[in-house]
Amino acid sequence: MATFTLPKNSTVGTGKTHKAPAGAKKVKNFKIYRWDPDSGENPRNDTYEIDLDQCGPMVLDALIKIKNEVDSTLTFRRSCREGICGSCSMNIDGLNTLACLKPIDEVKGDVRINPLPHMPVVKDLVPDLSQIYAQLRSVEPWLKSDTPPPPDAERLQSKEERAKLDGLWECILCFCCSTSCPSYWWNGDRYLGPAVLLQAYRWIADSRDEATGERLDNLEDPFRLYRCHTIMNCTRTCPKGLNPAEAIGEIKKLMVERQG
Amino acid sequence: MAEDSASIRSLRSPLGRVRGMGSAKGGTHHWWMQRMTSIALLPLSIWLIFSLAGLAGAEYAVVLEWIGNTFNAVLLLAFLTAAFHHAAAGLQVVIEDYVRDELKRFAAICAVNGLAVLLWLAASLSVLRIAL
Repeated sequence: MATFTLPKNSTVGTGKTHKAPAGAKKVKNFKIYRWDPDSGENPRNDTYEIDLDQCGPMVLDALIKIKNEVDSTLTFRRSCREGICGSCSMNIDGLNTLACLKPIDEVKGDVRINPLPHMPVVKDLVPDLSQIYAQLRSVEPWLKSDTPPPPDAERLQSKEERAKLDGLWECILCFCCSTSCPSYWWNGDRYLGPAVLLQAYRWIADSRDEATGERLDNLEDPFRLYRCHTIMNCTRTCPKGLNPAEAIGEIKKLMVERQG
Repeated sequence: MAEDSASIRSLRSPLGRVRGMGSAKGGTHHWWMQRMTSIALLPLSIWLIFSLAGLAGAEYAVVLEWIGNTFNAVLLLAFLTAAFHHAAAGLQVVIEDYVRDELKRFAAICAVNGLAVLLWLAASLSVLRIAL
């Protein structure tokens, strides 16, 4: 059966509390998941009291402040701090999103921060994404065309054809959607998940691509594609406002369409 | 997935694991039939509910006559076919979602489909025996 409870060595305990400096007026608690593979201990939630008057507006600002000034052992991924690299995806206040795009004042009460759900954890807020990267690789997310490009020009697309890629190319592969999907939690070893299926559709929908049939063949599978039950968590959580559920629906429509 | 990654002892590359045995090249028919039977069940269920409500408290002979009517018998058989197909297809998806063990999954799917076929045959035969 799918497992609904955490194994014993994964249950989360209460950790340390790092007090705000004396005189801090606008204090907010950040409860952050901590796990160190080298310690052999269970994960714990550490509490960091942060003075918001001395901190930038986004959750990522608070994380960087904690790492710089309070606790340098806190581990997380971040790079661009403007929602284009997809590195700082994590579960904030119960919703997967990008720490750099999530304003602290949108969170009522304590800010609870966990790694992306149901992924193996490398350390603290860093999930192991090697399988999901392999899944992305398996849909061959690049242009496949037997017709050589014009020798002195790019491959052309009409404006209408190009418009079909809107809502698809903007995906930054943060995997907030896939890790919010219960179907991906239970069957992530075989189900490709919303992020990867949206990428697959991005190339299926590309008028310059000549491998549509091959791509559909590769997806036509009870587990790879049809584990999607339009739960819609993916669309609700996407920090870029994209609609992976719709892209999956389009793939299913094409599967039926090509049968006659 | 968490339990799997902890128990993975294979040194096979993630890409090798993901590609696995390739796609099954199937599933579309199953998914499409689930949608088609649900659409068919919309009018059929409404018809059945209103008909049964109209028959509430009726004499045994009146109900037998109602089932024996060709129009009613055909719609009843259509309802039974769509309903059992839809139920079996839906339960199969639930089993595929939650039962991880290959053998248990196979056994559960066989049991559900077998039971659905038997019940569909029994129900259909009952209608036919009254109608013919």
